[in-house]
Amino acid sequence: MIRPTHFKHGFIAALLHRLSGIALAIFLPLHFLALGTALRGADRLDAFFNLTHNLWVRTAEWGLVTALALHLALGLRVLVLESAGWRERTASLVSGCVAGSLAIGILFLLNAL
Amino acid sequence: MQSDTLELDIWRGDRDGQFQAFTLPLRESQTILDAVTEIQRTQDASLAYRFACRVGMCGSCAMIVDGIPRWTCRTRVVDVQRKGKRLKLEPLRNLPIVKDLAVEMRVFFDKWRDAKGYFEPGDTPPADFAVVAPSSRERRAADVAIECINCGICYSACDVVSWDDEYLGPAALNRSWTLVNDVRDQGQKSRLEAVAADAGCHSCHSHMSCTEFCPKALSPTQSIAGLKRETMRAALRGEV
Repeated sequence: MIRPTHFKHGFIAALLHRLSGIALAIFLPLHFLALGTALRGADRLDAFFNLTHNLWVRTAEWGLVTALALHLALGLRVLVLESAGWRERTASLVSGCVAGSLAIGILFLLNAL
Repeated sequence: MQSDTLELDIWRGDRDGQFQAFTLPLRESQTILDAVTEIQRTQDASLAYRFACRVGMCGSCAMIVDGIPRWTCRTRVVDVQRKGKRLKLEPLRNLPIVKDLAVEMRVFFDKWRDAKGYFEPGDTPPADFAVVAPSSRERRAADVAIECINCGICYSACDVVSWDDEYLGPAALNRSWTLVNDVRDQGQKSRLEAVAADAGCHSCHSHMSCTEFCPKALSPTQSIAGLKRETMRAALRGEV
């Protein structure tokens, strides 16, 4: 059976871009629901904010911040490729996007702890 | 110690085939095509593969070597063999297998036609030779993409082609881009409409596999990006 190989930098970049986009799309309605609690008074909003001190919620927030940074960085990569005609060092560019996004996630985590 | 034999697993049969093991002497400056030819001449005359020029001009000998699409006449065994390990040869992906290492290229060239990858002189020929300055923006853009040898490596490497049978593919779109930059051509409207359709340039996900593996170091990704920009401009002008 002949199988395609997908361990290519461009493929990995597109996969991460798509997955982080899906994660953000799932998060957004929840985000608006959370903001909507403010319409029912400050107490309801504060009660929700208390939830965010939970370790699991913090971890999920770290994941979201990382996904957002990743989606932004890899989206900019596509724009640079297609608008500015960049073609050199694909591997370095993708690695840089992933490393930068992880660094932003870690900074968020350190700040939150 | 360097082994003096070369061991290969070569795909035999059609889509439902399997690999067959071969062993032959390892020779100095031996290319993958040399190895396949030696097997066919000395061990198994029924081995099917395709080649013509043997010097990297005709683009007919492309195969998958250890998972990577390559022009086999210009790929030396010593450059791709990892520490004496077996080499695996398969036919190009995304194309129907005729037999063993030979694939049916009809779809590939049909898509060149569908992408209007041919010069359209128009109904009335010009009275004189067109003057195209080598330094002009269009000429330079065409120059960058013009050296394609139709080997099908980009088509084989493209993930979008593997997902969507209708996608025109990197080679056809690259050819179309060279013609979009041909100031003499009179068929730009139909060409831009062809490449802006569902299976055209906007289906490209910029994975850049075509650019990574092109043996001529072209960048179909860049050509497709050019088509995306040009079709966008044409759409804003209401031309497509």
